[in-house]
Amino acid sequence: MRTSEFIAALAADPVPEPIRLGRRVVAALAIGFLGSLAIYALLMGPRPGIAEAAKTVRFWLKFVDAFAFALPSLLLTLRLARPDARIRTLTLWLIAPFALLAAGVAVELLVVPQSEWLTRLVGHNSMFCMRMIPLLAAPLLAALIVALRAGAPLHPGLTGALAGAASAGIAALLYASHCPDDSPLFVATWYPLATLICIGVGALAGRRFLAW
Amino acid sequence: MQAQTIKGAPDDPWSRLMSAAIAGDEGAYRRLLGDIARSLRAMARGAFSRAGVGDADVEDAVQETLLAIHLKRHTWDPGQPLAPWVYAIARHKVVDALRRRGRRKVEPLENFEEFLAAPEAEDPHALSDARKLLETLAPRQRDIVTSISLDGQSIAATAKRLSMSEVAVRVALHRALKSLGATWRRSVE
Repeated sequence: MRTSEFIAALAADPVPEPIRLGRRVVAALAIGFLGSLAIYALLMGPRPGIAEAAKTVRFWLKFVDAFAFALPSLLLTLRLARPDARIRTLTLWLIAPFALLAAGVAVELLVVPQSEWLTRLVGHNSMFCMRMIPLLAAPLLAALIVALRAGAPLHPGLTGALAGAASAGIAALLYASHCPDDSPLFVATWYPLATLICIGVGALAGRRFLAW
Repeated sequence: MQAQTIKGAPDDPWSRLMSAAIAGDEGAYRRLLGDIARSLRAMARGAFSRAGVGDADVEDAVQETLLAIHLKRHTWDPGQPLAPWVYAIARHKVVDALRRRGRRKVEPLENFEEFLAAPEAEDPHALSDARKLLETLAPRQRDIVTSISLDGQSIAATAKRLSMSEVAVRVALHRALKSLGATWRRSVE
């Protein structure tokens, strides 16, 4: 077929309803979050004594850190969904949650006696954390991937991975209110591992569903 | 035709044509795709020859890229110039095309500006394999695409011949193009 003939077919194709990627992603997050919230309400719920815990810095560090991770991940995902994405400065923001967490760990090591370190790191139920964060992230990730199919990412795997990271960050915000372990030693060990699972699943889903 | 001007919108010809096209100006869109095709052709030919691949499939790469541009045009931000967006898609698709021909390592393609400056007219004898891909479509869809592209029929004439409504023809055409994009992509994997 000649290219001029092919262009005739393209030009005859009507102008689509404008697709606004940003709005789609926001809508996906809202829907996904409802799903996560349902899972949270069914299987978890806020921990007992949450009011007491809310008086400690350790407790709040979990939320600040999850948020500091979720937000740049999400913005990066949205940028990567466009083929002419420029992401350099935004990527630097991803250092923030890790720096914050590292600072938290350093302070914890200073104020807690060495004999306590391992107990705090192991926590109460790390395996529950490893299962629940990916489970809470699943509806968010699924909704994000569906929304991102309207995009045109040059790196579908990476885009999916970041969608996984964003989902894990939001899931961690929910999970943090259930988990009785507030020590940065626990958070720095298990939350990133659970996040890695989400990133891996996101990368696979991206390669499978976001290629165009 | 003057496209609606957005504050801070880029003022180069391609961006203006695309804005007009999105606003429904079919002529502007046709002109834009023709312009883009000529630059794409120069780019694909350069990349194919550097990779040591014959230029038999250049028109395929051009058309596949045009289709991707068409199906993904909503990912262009009208506040940004169109050319870098086109180039990003073109590079992606040309690299795919080379991979399909067994070139794992693809040299970075040089600046798109060069191809903008040195467009290449279509060789009327260069045919793509798109006709073969059309075979994968449902018969009705294939009929519609063929009618509009190869036979140069209008939507209205096609609708009349197939006793369909114009809307139904447009919908079928859009589905056909989307499915063509998917088929092209699958041939990469």
